[in-house]
Amino acid sequence: MLNPFVRIASDETVTIIVNHSEMGQGVYTSLPMLLAEELECDWSKIVVEAAPVDPSYNHTQWGVQGTGGSTSVSSEWERLRKVGATVREMLIAAAADTWKVDKESCQAQNGRVIHSSGKHLTYGQLANKAATIAEPKDVQLKDPSEFKIIGKPLKRLDTPEKTNGKGVFGIDVNIPGMLVAVVSRPPVFGGKVRNLNADKAKAVPGVKDVVQVPSGVAVVASGFWAAKVGRDTLEIVWDDGDNATLSTDGIREHYAELSKAPGIVARKDGDPQQALQKAAKVLSSEYEVPYLAHAPMEPLNCVVDLRADSCEIWTGTQAQTLHRIAAAQVAGLDPDKVKIHTTLLGGAFGRRGNPQADFVVMAVQVAKAIEAPVKVVWTREDDTRGGWYRPMWHDRITGGIDSDGNIVGWRHTIVGQSIMTGTPSEAVMVSSDGIDETSVEGAKDIPYSIPNIVVDLHTTKIGVPVQWWRSVGHSHTAFVVESFMDELAHAACKDPYEFRHNLLANQPRHRAVLELAAQKAGWGTALPEGHSRGIALHKSFSSFVAQVAEVSLSSSEEAHVHRVVCAIDCGRVVNPNTVEAQVQSGIVYGLSAALYGAITLKDGRVQQSNFNNYKMLTMNKAPKVEVHIVSSQEAPTGVGEPATPPIAAAVANAIFALTGNRIRRLPVEIKELKKV
Amino acid sequence: MAEKSDQESFLKVKLNVNRKEYTVAVQPDTPLLWVIRDEIGLTGTKYGCGISVCGACTVHVDGKAVRSCRTHVSDVVGKEITTIEGLSADGNHPVQKAWIEEDVPQCGYCHSGQIMTAAALLAENPTPSDEDIDEAMSNNICRCGTYQRIRSAIHRASAMATEGELKK
Repeated sequence: MLNPFVRIASDETVTIIVNHSEMGQGVYTSLPMLLAEELECDWSKIVVEAAPVDPSYNHTQWGVQGTGGSTSVSSEWERLRKVGATVREMLIAAAADTWKVDKESCQAQNGRVIHSSGKHLTYGQLANKAATIAEPKDVQLKDPSEFKIIGKPLKRLDTPEKTNGKGVFGIDVNIPGMLVAVVSRPPVFGGKVRNLNADKAKAVPGVKDVVQVPSGVAVVASGFWAAKVGRDTLEIVWDDGDNATLSTDGIREHYAELSKAPGIVARKDGDPQQALQKAAKVLSSEYEVPYLAHAPMEPLNCVVDLRADSCEIWTGTQAQTLHRIAAAQVAGLDPDKVKIHTTLLGGAFGRRGNPQADFVVMAVQVAKAIEAPVKVVWTREDDTRGGWYRPMWHDRITGGIDSDGNIVGWRHTIVGQSIMTGTPSEAVMVSSDGIDETSVEGAKDIPYSIPNIVVDLHTTKIGVPVQWWRSVGHSHTAFVVESFMDELAHAACKDPYEFRHNLLANQPRHRAVLELAAQKAGWGTALPEGHSRGIALHKSFSSFVAQVAEVSLSSSEEAHVHRVVCAIDCGRVVNPNTVEAQVQSGIVYGLSAALYGAITLKDGRVQQSNFNNYKMLTMNKAPKVEVHIVSSQEAPTGVGEPATPPIAAAVANAIFALTGNRIRRLPVEIKELKKV
Repeated sequence: MAEKSDQESFLKVKLNVNRKEYTVAVQPDTPLLWVIRDEIGLTGTKYGCGISVCGACTVHVDGKAVRSCRTHVSDVVGKEITTIEGLSADGNHPVQKAWIEEDVPQCGYCHSGQIMTAAALLAENPTPSDEDIDEAMSNNICRCGTYQRIRSAIHRASAMATEGELKK
């Protein structure tokens, strides 16, 4: 082993150990690109391996191993290039030592060290010796002008195994003696089993056992189907607990009431109250977005082999360190006795980084109860109803403009649950006065010049578990802020693009993406009859994104988004192929939510269950997405999430342009699409 | 754990999967999906919804795209079942090659089903229009939103393939 991140075999295979989870975002390609750029290895010899859980693989900013916040590339930008350069220097030193020549007379190239005389040794021949050489300190990194790999649209390394059925996701893992369990969980969050009759379930052929665990009742069988049939025949009387009366209508009313009074101040500049009193025109609106399930294509699952003194886990996790600690607690073992094998993740969008490790904890509970290796599989219904949603939010926002169309005052009150409270990130993300940064991100840092502004927050306590969902707080603030900007633009009788542009004099990167998107979309040019455009701009995960959506109403009076033109500035681009794919992905993800997504509650129960009533965008409804990347020399910033936030507002603004109806609650309802 | 013999309640079923014969002991109404995955051990076919909505479980039965999550195993006895593992000898079906050329998958989980659906479309209609593709593919959900590249890859597969390669 040359280094925790790279191994070179005598057959010239270069194994790169990747410490970030591959959930579709392309890190099994982009991170090896960083390392390979400096290693000067043969790209065709690269094999990727998921890292085990070890401090050497901790996130460079978080101090624990995990994947999220669109940080994989930005956090490894320095480290993996340094690793590549360090190992390259060790290989050169090994060759120089073999030949008894100066290192300076040797150079590395495409998997070989070549001496000035022309003789060479391959990395495979040098690897063993190189491993005995002390790691050089302070290696020099290439000037970007010398990059051969970074910036090129390389194809993903994991595509073949994702087209031939060989790729292994958590749900595909099979270990000797393994049983499969499906768990019945309370229909109301926080509920408990009052009475259980498992006779029918135990009589189902293939069912081996029924066990009660803290998370619910597990039916254990030889395979998934028997376990699922068994689970469906369980007779359970639940004690619903405190959340039995929760309803979306009730939460809505409660939030609307709270929003009438100011909350805890997250940002205040100037004197917004006075400015609003003096403004030529004042607008005030309420916005609402619903709870949202992540709904990755692969339902949650986890395989556990628990022994007296060890525990092995196979799962698609985004939070290796925290999930190992949580598993160890349930297993009654030290964390270092718990081994996690990170599989491919069949989508995650944040869900697989659950702060309570819910899907891992449940599987360890079952393994402990049955004393056999087990795979716990969630059905789609379990996954949809399992909580840990993007919070429901209610926003009340007031803006004042002067006679020239400048925004003179802005008041934004946000109501909703805190994601970070109760997680290991609470200390960093929640201020002493109770402001969860993720509740106000994208709202308190709006880019427009507004001299008098206040953004305040009511943090609610509702018994619905919430967590980060692709783009976190931005998924709601971008919709509210960029829709309201559109309202103000129309109130000021200004073009929505011009209105924004004028207020971005001090924000060159925002302005550049806005200009690029507008120009590429042909903003202001004629459209077919019945079509309209909407524009939105949002910065998240340190990247700048502007989108123009082109919308019409379909014959069934649904909004049809034909085309989205997206400009992104994400700093230096490592793999433009991945950036394009992630922008398309983020837009489709955000559009599914904007047009269809809602988890609602009645009598404490989630009303949606599966893709038939928690609908997803399909190909016939998917827009053509055109991605334009701003060329930049800045360090790389986020890519996986930043395209999601603006799309709902871009579409809602286009719907307004078409119908005169302002969409202030998501998902878009068909009745709101009638022309006024 | 309680010991219980299930053998008497199970039916022995002979299945032809990827041109190979398997004998499995299962309940006759078990969905083909779970027989393929849990009994035969071919895990390329995925579970996504279990209600025939998402298409992740798509396989071919006598050349037609079928949702294996809602197909009883007893209904496919004597039929030719093809999963993603059997679509081609070494991943070289034109659809698979086009998927690689266009770099389609992201998380990859839905793509066995996407590819099987696309291969069945092209076997029937070697030169599909965008509308044909919409019609054939719009019951396959991709949460990563790879639809645009799926469309390009189907057109590419259509262009690169000879008709013999698309007919199975």
